Amino acid sequence: MSGHPHDHHSDHDPHAPVEEVEGPPSEHVLLEIALRELLIEKGLFAAADVTRQIEIMDATTPEQGARLVAKFWTDPAYRQRALADGKAAAAELGIDMSVAPKLVILENTARLHHVVVCTLCSCYPRAVLGLPPAWYKSPAYRARTVKDSRGVLAEFGTSLPDDVEIRVVDSTADCRYLVVPVRPHGSEGMDEAALAGLVTRDTMIGVTLAREP
Amino acid sequence: MRGVHDLGGQPIDEEIDRAEHAQTFFEKRVDALMRLLSDPSRGVIRVDELRRGVETLPEKDYFGYSYYERWIHSIRLLLLEKGVVSEDELNRRIEGVRKRLAAESTR
Repeated sequence: MSGHPHDHHSDHDPHAPVEEVEGPPSEHVLLEIALRELLIEKGLFAAADVTRQIEIMDATTPEQGARLVAKFWTDPAYRQRALADGKAAAAELGIDMSVAPKLVILENTARLHHVVVCTLCSCYPRAVLGLPPAWYKSPAYRARTVKDSRGVLAEFGTSLPDDVEIRVVDSTADCRYLVVPVRPHGSEGMDEAALAGLVTRDTMIGVTLAREP
Repeated sequence: MRGVHDLGGQPIDEEIDRAEHAQTFFEKRVDALMRLLSDPSRGVIRVDELRRGVETLPEKDYFGYSYYERWIHSIRLLLLEKGVVSEDELNRRIEGVRKRLAAESTR
């Protein structure tokens, strides 16, 4: 397989079109179609399995993780279970963790803030957050987060006092992380559903803080 | 020796492009393919193997390909290595798909 690096969109061009481009399909697209057809013909899976898999992917969103965070904030016993075993705690909420690797829940405090990166590729807690955003996979985020975490956070509009320790955790294929942000002021008395609305994907990666209500 | 994929702390000092980017159909299909192949019920490709295929891409391809383009090339390599598909049948199929799509687009 060859191809000039500029013939197709890459991680360096996040403005590349979302829809399939007009014109002849790229070698990569042809390769995927050819492999998929051969595997279906060989009986490894059916075309319907591919469709089903895409539906599952589309249905997995950061709302799952936000539910976990809200329960973590409001239920002390659940918090303990989540800190002991993140995967079991997510499964408790009905989230399918059957093929997910180990999940570690990282609790932010007034003195400690966690940021998640995957310097080697793009390992991400997909089961609770869905697919990672493009920037999480970008060379700049992967290279810089471990050496200039405050600078990276500033680009996301997040600034923390100097006495807050920033701890960067590097995900692996076998271990993923979910950040539980500090519960914001003014959220006392809110129920779990409302609390979940204060938490975004980026908050659970650790690049932003929970929204104040 | 540092692998091409090992980016932590590397001197890439550009600003992070935070633009959101919805998945293309191609990306979703590659992702689905990998999920199906790595499902324990099939066990054709392990995640570690996928990573090995990505991390041993030549540097120009690693940085020239997009994320899921790296994946599909790794999946190709692994399926050939394991003898699940042969290079010959794959190449013939690619040409068949190319002709079919060209015919469909001029219809």
